[in-house]
Amino acid sequence: MNAPETQVKEIANASAPHGVGARRPLVDGVEKVTGTARYTADLPADNALVGLLLRSPYAHAELLEVDISEALALPGVRAVITGDECDMPYGVIPIAQNEFPLARDKVRYIGDPIAAVAAVDEATARLAISRIRLKVRELPAYFKAADARQADAVQLHEKKQGNIEREVHNEFGDVAAGFAAADLVREETYECAEVHHAMMEPNAALAAWDTERGHLTLWSVTQVPYYVHLTLARCMKMEAAHIRVIKPFSGGGFGHRTECLNFEVICGMLARAARGTVRLAQTREESFLAHRGRPESQMRIKLGLKRDGSITACQAEVVQRGGAYGGYGLVTILYAGALINGLYDIPAVKYDGYRVYTNTPACGAMRGHGTVTIRFAFESLLDSMAGELGLDQIAVRRRNLLKAPTETINGLRVTSYGLGECIDWVEDVSGWAARKGKLGGSGNVRKGLGMACSHFVSGSAKPVHWSGEPHAVIVLKLDFDAAVTILTGASDIGQGSSTVVTQIVAEVLGIDYHRIRVVANDSAVTPKDNGSYSSRVTYMVGNAALDAAENLKRLLVTAAARRLKVEESDVIWYGEAAAVASDPERHIPFAEIAEEALVGTGTLNVKGTFTCPPEFQGGKQRGGAVGSSMGFSYVAQAAEVSVDMDLGIVTVDKVWAAIDCGRAINPMAVEGQVQGAVWMGLGQTLCEETIYENGRHMVPNMLDYRVPTIVESPDIEVHIVESMDPNGPFGAKEASEGPLSGIMSAVAAAVEDATGLRVRALPISPPRVFAALQEARNEAAAAATNEEQA
Amino acid sequence: MKRILGLWINGRWREEAVAENALLLDYLRDGLGLTGTKQGCDGGECGACTVLVDSEPRLACSTLAHSLAGRRVETVEGLATDGNISPLQRAFHEKLGTQCGFCTPGMIMAAEGLLRKNPHPGRDEICGALAGNLCRCTGYVKIIESVEAAAGAST
Repeated sequence: MNAPETQVKEIANASAPHGVGARRPLVDGVEKVTGTARYTADLPADNALVGLLLRSPYAHAELLEVDISEALALPGVRAVITGDECDMPYGVIPIAQNEFPLARDKVRYIGDPIAAVAAVDEATARLAISRIRLKVRELPAYFKAADARQADAVQLHEKKQGNIEREVHNEFGDVAAGFAAADLVREETYECAEVHHAMMEPNAALAAWDTERGHLTLWSVTQVPYYVHLTLARCMKMEAAHIRVIKPFSGGGFGHRTECLNFEVICGMLARAARGTVRLAQTREESFLAHRGRPESQMRIKLGLKRDGSITACQAEVVQRGGAYGGYGLVTILYAGALINGLYDIPAVKYDGYRVYTNTPACGAMRGHGTVTIRFAFESLLDSMAGELGLDQIAVRRRNLLKAPTETINGLRVTSYGLGECIDWVEDVSGWAARKGKLGGSGNVRKGLGMACSHFVSGSAKPVHWSGEPHAVIVLKLDFDAAVTILTGASDIGQGSSTVVTQIVAEVLGIDYHRIRVVANDSAVTPKDNGSYSSRVTYMVGNAALDAAENLKRLLVTAAARRLKVEESDVIWYGEAAAVASDPERHIPFAEIAEEALVGTGTLNVKGTFTCPPEFQGGKQRGGAVGSSMGFSYVAQAAEVSVDMDLGIVTVDKVWAAIDCGRAINPMAVEGQVQGAVWMGLGQTLCEETIYENGRHMVPNMLDYRVPTIVESPDIEVHIVESMDPNGPFGAKEASEGPLSGIMSAVAAAVEDATGLRVRALPISPPRVFAALQEARNEAAAAATNEEQA
Repeated sequence: MKRILGLWINGRWREEAVAENALLLDYLRDGLGLTGTKQGCDGGECGACTVLVDSEPRLACSTLAHSLAGRRVETVEGLATDGNISPLQRAFHEKLGTQCGFCTPGMIMAAEGLLRKNPHPGRDEICGALAGNLCRCTGYVKIIESVEAAAGAST
């Protein structure tokens, strides 16, 4: 027989690999690989009515009449609703709410929902949709920001002269003096096409109306059940207490679902109108039309560099084609300016941003929100200028590193900063010194190497809805069964948030994984959570989980001491057991500790919270909260490419990405997030692009909207740098957005290394590269001819 | 119009009235409640609905149920034996070949079709077999590693 101490140590060791720092599979992974995971469209609802939307065929028009009488009269049609039923505008930003679930008075893009039908089957619903008659007066429509900004352009929304949704102008430091002090000043323009999340699961909602009680239950694909809940209450003029929102398994989000979307409200309204249950499945095309992706952007950027590589000033102008409605727009245009800072030490930055309304689907928050296109421009210009000064591109980045802890000129606090180590690794593993500029190639293929850096927030330090509550709340339930149930409102959308909070709880309590389960995202059960966006979950919800677990552990240690009849200070905590320090043979198992903890009180619900202190919530300037965070992730990455000089095809052969995510709670999950982010950025770099012709989406499917297939995707090698953030849970920061925004300029630099051409527009697609190569050849030929003639 | 359709689903013979124009995807999901097979697109774009028909990968969204009379259809729900998940399922779980999980059933079925024909595929063969299956989370890196691990485990 083992000695008791050995036994308990074995127990402790057995649970150790389950805690922080372990390469754990997802806690809900088995469901995903066996097909038992139920996503919204999978939920059984045999008697559900079929919901269907009538979408605008007009890009911009006044709605004079929506005649639903014929549709309503069809047998089997249970409800037809229009904008008449929804007079409350909504929008994720409280000061910019200008969208209606169904259009009222005006439609503003092709695809804008006008009416919705609930019928007994799909055929009936389709017939009903076809019987709705519209009378409209068409208006001039604008598909480019520049057209919408003309002084005489018709305004999409009232009191928006030049269709400017939001202008941002600020200057920190003395930009003019910075440029005067520089040895080299250059200004360039860059363009990025609009891109879309294309999460694998199309949008869907299921709504059940309880006519007796006047209650609504809504299941949806959302990343932000709480915002959906608030919006349902607002638009349906219901008490929030009469609504229940549940998020089942979710097939990805990437920001598409970080605000309440029209189909969610429409589904609830249809259920109420039909006095029953309605399933509103959206097609892939409709999911493209809901858009909320990264806007088409034009950047004009100017940098000053000294001969030693140090940056003296930056001036940037960004114009974003925002689409038809506000959404997150003002945040996006603020982010683009704010996060010019926080990556390097820049003494002066001037920023002018313009968010423009156009007659295209509304843009929103997409992975790397607001920072991606400006980072492409910044890093590209920095890279070019380093070359012009004859400096090594890595050395220039190194020259401009921040020294944490510090505060940037716009009030961002940087308390942990591992970018230098990230750069070191990338330089080493890519063979930078020996290979940059020397890869050559063979035949018609030229090879090149490029690198870039990027960063992102670990949660916006100021929530969208400021309610005075903590930023995150977790509840741990301990009951008679001695199981620990984590109750969380954080939305696991595949990033592994449920796994992260489980690992944190397992680490603190030291208990076996199988004793812990997670119940998430049911407003009737789980505590409110702001949702999965701005990479806030690991940092904020992780901290709340840490707090909750420590609070529970205190109660358990007290109970163990009571049962063992010793002082708390004499208890050794092993997680699955507790022993007496002075007499290790006396020990009790967890079940007995739990039993004791419940004596006289019953079920324990132990709460943990996390709040970002005000000093982290950004500068005092208007909009200064946007970009502020308690911790920033840092990334350096290098890409190796091959360019087909005849066809203009760029192939990315390999990416090396190093991330400073602080403590990696789950290194395998961090690798997965970094690989996914880099790859999603590669899609934007090489091939992804929404295309509109006269406002009509020309590529609303997964074939024509080209995302890279497995064949076109390179190996992405990941290295983790743990800078140990002083405020993150166990030192952790975000890992899934920062890696996205560096890859564009790393590839652009690699293409230049291969071909001598700098591409300043995304995507770096074969037609674009082919045209650039052709132009260069023509210029070379013309120069040669001139020389001959001379 | 409904007609009697008889076919094998995950090793069990099924015989029932199925609409003549029913797609295999709708028959599996709505008729049999086998919602592991996903619809990720409007038809033939993404591979999320991949199932096996006589061990060959097939898109359930582009197949009429009645065209499979008498054939053997396998979905992700049929891979586990005696409650034990298959080597591919285990590898996708343990190597993080799944993140949001929505492409996972189709990805696993396409890989299963490959491994039955070619138990030890090279990287190019894996990529070739999965080229019609899109994933938006993983960048495919850990999917390839998962398939390699499953192939290695079966030696």
